[in-house]
Amino acid sequence: MSLLEVEGLHASAGSREVVRGVDLVVRGGEVHVVMGPNGSGKSTLAHALMGRPGTTVTAGSIRIDGTELVGLPAWRRAQEGLFLALQQPIEVPGVLLEAALSEAMRGTGASEVRARLAAEAAAIGFDERFLQRPLNVDLSGGERKRNEVVQLGVLRPKFAVLDEIDSGLDVDAVRTVAQRIERATSEWGLGVVAVTHFHRVLRELRADSVHVMVDGRLVASGGPELAEELERTGYRAYGVEEGAEGAA
Amino acid sequence: MSSFTVDRAGALGGPAWLKRRRTGAFEELAAMPMPSEKEEVWRYTPIDELALDEYAPSDGQPLGPLGSTFLNAVVADLPERAALVTVVDGRLVAVERTGLPASVRVGGVDVLGDEEGALGRVLAGGDALVRLNDAFHPDVVIVDVPARVVLDAPVVVVHWCTTASAAHGGPDSTAPTDGWPASFPRTMVRLGAGSSGQVVEIVAGAPGAGHGLVVPVTELSAGDGSHLSYAALQVLGTDAWHLSRVAAVAGRDATLRTFTAGFGGAYDRSRTDALADGTGSSTELRSAYLGTGSQVHDVRTLQDHAAPRTTSDLLCKGAVAGTSRSVYSGLIRVRRGAVRTNAFQTNHNLVLDRGAHADSVPNLDIEENDVRCSHASTVGPVDEDQRYYLESRGIPPTRAEQLIVLGFFDDIVQRSPVPTLVPRLRREVRLRLVDALVMDLEEADRDRAEKEASESG
Repeated sequence: MSLLEVEGLHASAGSREVVRGVDLVVRGGEVHVVMGPNGSGKSTLAHALMGRPGTTVTAGSIRIDGTELVGLPAWRRAQEGLFLALQQPIEVPGVLLEAALSEAMRGTGASEVRARLAAEAAAIGFDERFLQRPLNVDLSGGERKRNEVVQLGVLRPKFAVLDEIDSGLDVDAVRTVAQRIERATSEWGLGVVAVTHFHRVLRELRADSVHVMVDGRLVASGGPELAEELERTGYRAYGVEEGAEGAA
Repeated sequence: MSSFTVDRAGALGGPAWLKRRRTGAFEELAAMPMPSEKEEVWRYTPIDELALDEYAPSDGQPLGPLGSTFLNAVVADLPERAALVTVVDGRLVAVERTGLPASVRVGGVDVLGDEEGALGRVLAGGDALVRLNDAFHPDVVIVDVPARVVLDAPVVVVHWCTTASAAHGGPDSTAPTDGWPASFPRTMVRLGAGSSGQVVEIVAGAPGAGHGLVVPVTELSAGDGSHLSYAALQVLGTDAWHLSRVAAVAGRDATLRTFTAGFGGAYDRSRTDALADGTGSSTELRSAYLGTGSQVHDVRTLQDHAAPRTTSDLLCKGAVAGTSRSVYSGLIRVRRGAVRTNAFQTNHNLVLDRGAHADSVPNLDIEENDVRCSHASTVGPVDEDQRYYLESRGIPPTRAEQLIVLGFFDDIVQRSPVPTLVPRLRREVRLRLVDALVMDLEEADRDRAEKEASESG
């Protein structure tokens, strides 16, 4: 079984340290949800894991099955089995989804890539005509999110970081997407780190662990009941002022 | 101007009115200054380097083996054609009709009969280069579609233009002794009311080095309610100069779509002026350019609105690599009376190497109030976010960059108003990008080596 280990991770976006000591262990097949108010460092954590240029890891370690990812560029981390579903997927004019995935899966035959794409699109109700579009061009916010999940299904990474995967999706779409991810955890033992602002994704995605992120640290961890508690009480118990959620 | 004489202009063939037109143009040319970088329309260009004395009008070269090979490739690439017109150095060599309705006239100036004044109707006046073409074009390619005729396939015009290398020893070096070859292709396309037609013009020459000057002028006229699609592809060798002019006019409720792609040439200029002349007409301008080595690409556009409820939409995309340069300069002009005009202008430039440079100059000149106009332009390297997005899928940086740059061009190439030309356009881009992106790789390696050296030191 695969293992993702995050140890003492500090990361800064620009000159500001936003992630200030995160420890997290995710086993293949597990779903971990990281919740927190806006500005708590969730997205920076996601990009620090993936290795976005401009997000600098200043201390700590990220390992997949013992391989150190800190210091590796994003594409090498992806090849080690890490995937990031972006909060705001990027438009790449003229680059077709299939072309990008074929490139990412060099060695896999074109017909295999196409078949997987069609199957994944069907599984979550992603309109097949979007498969012939350039990446995210002329797609709505919800379609872009589905597109990320299609790519996740085709690429079959060991671990997926989902940054606000539920935003922009309606209730039905959240359900189909969550079910697909849920299925992947048993299908090939996908490990999931879902970063989210809302708890609603948890109605469909059964979390093994819920972590509360405040001010760059995971300040509490527990089971799904923690998410329910957060829904009732908000983040006040963790020293977050009412209204602070609005601050990006 | 030693080789460009009134006698030489006067010796060119054709009906009396055309001969008069040439000598008249020559007289005007003699009284006109040549273009200068001091003029706004020639800013950022190397036009001051043009020494006309070094050239001479090409006099009737054969197509030659390179030209024949090129022509065969075009025939293979564009199997669906209404007609194929072959022109060498501005001289009409062959017209082959394939399923063209008999009422459509395609050929030389003779198809106009004694219709004096048909030429120059869309492009009246013009600068010294237009006058030069007026005076020295040996033939005129005419595509004349009468009212209410629909052409399903394009009329393809191939202009093979002779260049010569310094050694005068190459297969394509039959240069006249009095200067490098200069050619003046001339085309006129006219669509009658309610018609629909497509025209492709390909300007080509021997690949690689070889001096030559090519000054094409094309007039496009879309009659009331007609739909005209025009695509021009320039693939001259790397030492040639290409200074082209397309003038287009759209009548009432007409749709006029143009596409120009500039890939070859040491200096490649394409100027497209599109006049929305009739109420409710719309024009669409697309341009693509790709510079490698030390090429200069220069695209000038005018979206001219002279009637109410007219629309124009421009998208121009280009990339520069190596030490090449590009200039995009475009003007939206809304004349008094052209109320409820919609005009859009977008120019995107990719700068692929540190030694490359792109200028983008959008302009508006609006004399009416009730109009909607917008312009946008970008100049910069490959987008960081796009690269990160692809890399996060496991695609290595160099490959990610190649995909993004190819995609950048696919996006514009697919908008060719003549769809059958798209595969050819895409291949031309790929061919050149291989060189450009390899150069970029080498640059990255150099940077890395320098960085390591400085760190270890």
